[in-house]
Amino acid sequence: MARLEDGAIDPGALLAGFCAGRSDVGAVVSFTGLCRAETDGRAVETLTLDAWRGFTEDGMAALEAEARARFDLIDLLTVHRWGEVRPGQAIVFVAAAAAHRRTAFDAADFLMDQLKTRAPLWKREDGPDGRRWIEPRASDHADAARWKTETDQ
Amino acid sequence: MPRVLLFGAFADVAGWREREMEGASTEALVAVLSEHEGLAERLARPGRMTVVNKVVVRGDVAVSTDDEVAFAPPVSGG
Repeated sequence: MARLEDGAIDPGALLAGFCAGRSDVGAVVSFTGLCRAETDGRAVETLTLDAWRGFTEDGMAALEAEARARFDLIDLLTVHRWGEVRPGQAIVFVAAAAAHRRTAFDAADFLMDQLKTRAPLWKREDGPDGRRWIEPRASDHADAARWKTETDQ
Repeated sequence: MPRVLLFGAFADVAGWREREMEGASTEALVAVLSEHEGLAERLARPGRMTVVNKVVVRGDVAVSTDDEVAFAPPVSGG
């Protein structure tokens, strides 16, 4: 399931809820992305995430569908913030459940790489040096391309 | 007239999110949008996303009066 949240994300509560009541799962891997107070030497006071409600959720769900098609998963959860986020707050939470750990690790890794470069969200950092819109770095594209290369082999 | 939506830096630079605009194709709309100097430079950068009626399109696509056309910079989730 993929969803956008306009309020604070509690990664611990999300993980506890995701794990609760499961007897078919041997491994859950989660990832939480946090807002940093500094990027590239610039102080960040606020991170603002722009989204297109409906379209953004559909895009996130499509990435989850790719992960499910690629890995033998029991469940997936993607929760992404939109609106204003402060340093220290969670931006994104991903959890993957599988029978065994390697599948869960790989699926969470894959899904995050895809979210960074393909999820329809737009990030802006505001700080004392002004505002700056963020685009994926070359390293983000390289991370996402790892999976393409493996598919092509 | 097609309804045009802007996201991310495009909306920030233009100063608006949504409006109706004259234009028979996506590139015709880009040409009108590019009359705004700050937007012209950003629209010309690689990786621009163009979406017609919630479907991502490539190249110049004809649009009609009831269409919803969105333009956005490269995405940055996660």
